[in-house]
Amino acid sequence: MSFSLFIEQLLNGVQFGVMLFLISAGLTLVFGIMNLINLAHGALYMSGAFIAAAMIKYTGNFFVAVVVAVVATAGIGAVMERLILRRFYARDHLDQVLVTFGLILVFNDLVRLVWGVVPVQLRLPGPFSGSVQLMAEVQYPAFRLVILAVGLLVALGLYFVVVHTRIGMWIRAGASNRPMASALGVDVGLIFSLVFAAGAALAGLAGLMAGAISSVQVGMGEPVLILALVVTVIGGIGSIRGAFLAALIIGIVDTFGRVLLPPALGSMVIFMLMAAILAWRPKGLFPVNA
Amino acid sequence: MQGHFHKAALAALAGSVSLVAQPWFATAAFAQAPIKIGFVTTMSGPEGVIGRDIADGFNLALKHIGPKMGGRDYQVVYGDDQVKPDVGRQVVDKMLESDKVQIMSGIIFSNVLLASVKPILDAGAFYISANAGPTAMAGKQCHPHFFGVAFQNDNNFEGLGQYLKDKGLKKIYFLAPNYPAGKDMAAGFKRFYKGEMAAEVFTAFGQLDYSAEIAQLRAAKPDAVVMFYPGGMGINFVKQYSQAGLMSQIPLFTGPGTVDQTTLPAIGEAALGMYIGAMWTEFGENPANKKFVADFEASYNRIPSQYAAMSYDTGRVINAAVEAVGGKIEDKAAFQKALENVKFDSVRGSFKFTPNHFPVQDYHLAQIEKDSKGRLVGAFRQTVLKDMGNAYGDDCKMPAP
Amino acid sequence: MPEPMKHSAPEASSFAGALKSTWPILVALGALALVPTISAAIDNPFLIRLFTRAVIFAIVAVALNFVLGFGAMVSMMHAAFFGIGAYVVAILAFHDFDGAPLWIFPGTSNLAVAIPLAVLVAAFGALLTGVVSLRTSGAYFIMITLAFNQMLFYFFVALQKYGGDDGLQILADLNFAGLNISKRVTFYYVALGVLAASLIFFGRLVNSRFGVILRATAQNERRVVALGISPLRYKLAAFVISGAVTGLAGALWATGQQFVSPSDVSWVRSADYVVMAVLGGMARTWGPVFGAVVIVLLEALLPSATQFWQLPFGIIVILIVVYLQGGLADLFGRARPSSGGGR
Repeated sequence: MSFSLFIEQLLNGVQFGVMLFLISAGLTLVFGIMNLINLAHGALYMSGAFIAAAMIKYTGNFFVAVVVAVVATAGIGAVMERLILRRFYARDHLDQVLVTFGLILVFNDLVRLVWGVVPVQLRLPGPFSGSVQLMAEVQYPAFRLVILAVGLLVALGLYFVVVHTRIGMWIRAGASNRPMASALGVDVGLIFSLVFAAGAALAGLAGLMAGAISSVQVGMGEPVLILALVVTVIGGIGSIRGAFLAALIIGIVDTFGRVLLPPALGSMVIFMLMAAILAWRPKGLFPVNA
Repeated sequence: MQGHFHKAALAALAGSVSLVAQPWFATAAFAQAPIKIGFVTTMSGPEGVIGRDIADGFNLALKHIGPKMGGRDYQVVYGDDQVKPDVGRQVVDKMLESDKVQIMSGIIFSNVLLASVKPILDAGAFYISANAGPTAMAGKQCHPHFFGVAFQNDNNFEGLGQYLKDKGLKKIYFLAPNYPAGKDMAAGFKRFYKGEMAAEVFTAFGQLDYSAEIAQLRAAKPDAVVMFYPGGMGINFVKQYSQAGLMSQIPLFTGPGTVDQTTLPAIGEAALGMYIGAMWTEFGENPANKKFVADFEASYNRIPSQYAAMSYDTGRVINAAVEAVGGKIEDKAAFQKALENVKFDSVRGSFKFTPNHFPVQDYHLAQIEKDSKGRLVGAFRQTVLKDMGNAYGDDCKMPAP
Repeated sequence: MPEPMKHSAPEASSFAGALKSTWPILVALGALALVPTISAAIDNPFLIRLFTRAVIFAIVAVALNFVLGFGAMVSMMHAAFFGIGAYVVAILAFHDFDGAPLWIFPGTSNLAVAIPLAVLVAAFGALLTGVVSLRTSGAYFIMITLAFNQMLFYFFVALQKYGGDDGLQILADLNFAGLNISKRVTFYYVALGVLAASLIFFGRLVNSRFGVILRATAQNERRVVALGISPLRYKLAAFVISGAVTGLAGALWATGQQFVSPSDVSWVRSADYVVMAVLGGMARTWGPVFGAVVIVLLEALLPSATQFWQLPFGIIVILIVVYLQGGLADLFGRARPSSGGGR
């Protein structure tokens, strides 16, 4: 492997990692703060991609489509929380897994009813659909650089909100001590709804970003969901910092694993990594509330 | 879109066939019973798009055939395998044992077919494959009651191998998913292309991101890339190949089922200029094909894929053989003989079965371009191989009927 | 002895008490025993096949529920144990048919040899993975078992010699010490017998001292540690027993289907078993039987009614979780809470 190829593969790994972070951020936020395992996160991811694709088709404007898709996915998430998931905060994890599994099935068939079985196209605006010359030997797809930038911005933004703002303080208070937070006059119910909607918006954003480079089709959320859960757990449930680091590790390990190892081993490598990390640190890299 | 399938199917059914609407546990065994055909394919999940094309093609054939085959009524039972071998197996068992079907077809994926084919053949039913043509069924496991109408898995890549050899291209980069059909395609390609392989890469089945593979590929500087990625994988690969700016630098070749009318709407213009090895294109000049394409577009409001074309032919192969025996398919030796010597106007032009029950046909090269209405289509470029059979005839010891 | 250690199974002491708490499963087993008769009466042999699937999955769901409902260990790798059991039988039969030895051992089609071996290998697999997985708990345990499940899945995909992704067809004639048990009705009763035996086995185990400690551990691990008992050994033993019985179900599956494939090992299948156990009801040993039968029937019936079968299926799942907190078994009256399963 030449040096420039190594650099390009490293960039691929980091870019894949940042993509994984985008997918996992909402999941770990909801999981960590409300103690809710939301398997339907993948369904929200799919919704974001389908809505964006439809909006690009009808408005022809990529940026309008991004905004509409993110807001609409947040809305779907909020409705889902109000109608069903709200009553599951106090139930055990198994019930949460089951009800959100049911939601995945429902979402998949609803999308099929609305959009049909044919995968849809998410058309990128001209400058994003080509590639740019980064180094002498490295030509890189432009939109992957956009994903990289958006992912890093989201990471910074989340870190800032959770650590430095009043809302973030409330969120952390709600997560660690719900009765106390209520006693201090924080409307925990509202905060939880907002956090859930924010998590859904992140899923939608990730879905439309991924939809630009891969297939927008029914069921696209499920394979990604597993990866997001892997990232969440390796990082330590609820830890944004952990999720970011875990996503980068997995992105890089997976990329090089695929190139350097035989295919069967390449598919196994991130699961072997997860088992090893959890055997070593049973609560992930950055345990929250440890 | 989906309702569309239902409406069209229902129209076809109302006009010509009666769907077995009674509950699955009901029995229907009376004298002079209708011929029972079981059609198992993938209806739900991401690959449901292929199942829809296969079912529509078959239903169009039934519409053209009319309410009787060989003077006898017939019924079609439909089932969904969900691309899961064990589910397919269960649906097949149900059809054989509850519905007592005599002829089966429709399974798309080799692994689902291989899980189900033994009980079908053990039960004495015929299987007429509209798509999958795994090596095992052409060679060691060939069977008097098994026929592949579409191709043997290696075939289209043999055509590509021949074309690239003729063109004198030297360094070829090959990619496919790491599963038996992927290996079949690689074997077929190398049977005819004898030059240098820059690399043979097998990736995990269902992989989403190909950036790492594409970077390796670019660094290897091949003359051409040959790949086989059916369904969603193909959409991902072609989009990412195009976004990496490679479509204009290194020509990309594939077989049928990767870039066709089931995936082109999602890939979009990224696919322009790609080459496809195919046994059929929508521009075939024979009258049977013109009628098929026109009627398919009129009925379903879209261009048929080769999946639809092959299953249209499958329906007509079954009909031609049933007519040849005057509807008496219970005489299995006669029905087998009728299938082996089947005469019908294929949408592919010339067609006959090899002794191991796979097609003898021509293989072509097509290229993705826009038609007069601005739709992406696979346009005919040239014929590469004429009257080709398959390489596994010697492995097949077909028992005498 | 402190409170939670006491033998808490008054049902076992009186026949009437036992009947009162177990009548739904006795009725269900009785109904299952009639399936071949009904199938013959309506001339539909497929019915037996469908219920064979339900019965074998019920064995897995019951075995899984032993660690899930009574040990609070949400395992996402029971499909892997199932697959190990199935592949052991299939690979041994492959070598018997092929004639070539497996390393130095000859293959065999004798299930009297293959099935115990399948159970043993599955138990060993559960021991190895359990030692590592049980270092974690809660959601981390779910994910580490999922990771092991995926590793085994890709392992079987990589076994090109045994069919890889295409799976492995059993071509040899399987027998049990010379007896032909692959006749459909015989095999169905064998599977049903194994289910009944597992129910009795796990029912007794849950109420034994071992089971009491396991349940106490699930409720409050610290209290058990304070009593000077190492909970890890009990959890590991439970995990191995559960994995072994699941391996037995897998071996039966391979025998009945004459076909195994990596899809038997997929994580979706693992999730299906969890759904069966939870929907059936985790508080009772026999709850999962109802979950398994209902889900297998729904999966067979809904797709033949509509192409959009996932929609009603999903809604049914959601409704059951929202309104029947103790699963389907709650339809027959509420059970005493037995553990904090999954918390």
